[in-house]
Amino acid sequence: MTLFHRIFPHPLLSVVLAVVWVLLVNTLTLNAVVFGAILGLVVPWLTRAYWPDAPRLRNPLMIAEYLLVVLWDIVVANVQVAVIILFKSDAARRPCWITVPLELRTPEAITVLAGTITMTPGTVSSDLSADGHAILVHCLHAPDPDAVRDQIKSRYERRLMEIFE
Amino acid sequence: MITYALIFAFACYGLALLLNLYRVMTGPELSDRILALDTMVINAIALLILYGILRSTAVYFEASMLFAMVGFISTVAYCRYLLRGGIIE
Amino acid sequence: MALWAEITISLLLVIAGFFGFVGSFGLIRLKDAMSRLHAPTKATTLGVGSVLIASMLYFVTAQGQISAHELMISLFLFLTAPIVAHFIAKVHVHLHERPKSLPEPSVGTDWASFAAKTPARGVRRATPDTPAD
Repeated sequence: MTLFHRIFPHPLLSVVLAVVWVLLVNTLTLNAVVFGAILGLVVPWLTRAYWPDAPRLRNPLMIAEYLLVVLWDIVVANVQVAVIILFKSDAARRPCWITVPLELRTPEAITVLAGTITMTPGTVSSDLSADGHAILVHCLHAPDPDAVRDQIKSRYERRLMEIFE
Repeated sequence: MITYALIFAFACYGLALLLNLYRVMTGPELSDRILALDTMVINAIALLILYGILRSTAVYFEASMLFAMVGFISTVAYCRYLLRGGIIE
Repeated sequence: MALWAEITISLLLVIAGFFGFVGSFGLIRLKDAMSRLHAPTKATTLGVGSVLIASMLYFVTAQGQISAHELMISLFLFLTAPIVAHFIAKVHVHLHERPKSLPEPSVGTDWASFAAKTPARGVRRATPDTPAD
């Protein structure tokens, strides 16, 4: 283990902490930057026992594409959910539970996938199977549950596979 | 023009808060009450920021940020209490 | 203030009010508990997100000051909304669902809520609306 890694166990976390501190203070002054740097140094060092190992990002450039896709889907999700709430009667709505089998194995990737499912059209991730190989999703209105599952797998899980594994 | 849009948004969020209060009171499930409380917090944040625009001052941002953090922590605490019987194990 | 800024801010405020109201209206209108979870968590994040963008635009165009606080609030809300939704869904599964009322994950396993090794001390089955298995 090099000296750099001993001082900065998680370099990305340190940078994020410093930037968040400067944004919270809301002024770009020297003492804000210095205190942010101190936080970025101390907090990862104090909490290093709780971060067992950092996930390896295989393809960091894909993150930007993934974020854009998810942001677009959030806007679409809101409009679709609003239309369903306002104009669809409860008798015509088909809520259902679906099981999405997972090929992802990295815990961080599964966390991101669960968050994405919750933020996008009419689906909420509710539970994980005991062995972590399937995720339970509730759909607000799904006439065709298999199509929803295939869309989750092809649209999000495939991109996450490229980023994380 | 902004004033009218602000009044419209105030009315919407005020009504939304009343609807949430109804859901908090009637339930029927515990998860509904927690969800309604969490939605109340988010609507209150929106109202605070709208009030900041109306008065054109930035002093309400700290308040709304604290509101967001405390609301999140309290929702998680309620859920953990129902799930595990304790908040910190 | 320029006219385009005024129009954009007003439009964002109207959109925000609409989505905020629809989210809370869905909380009242939908019949089953899991569906009610969909309405506020989605509609409110866009509602508050629009309010925050409108506020940011307003302070930039009216007073010429760029503030990062709105950005931090919306980032925080977008990060915590899925966690809150997941927790509330877990509470619902814990209290009101049995393994038989859900689809199976795969052969030989069960959902994590039912397969916990240490028995949870939490509130169990407040309202007995599903038959015990």
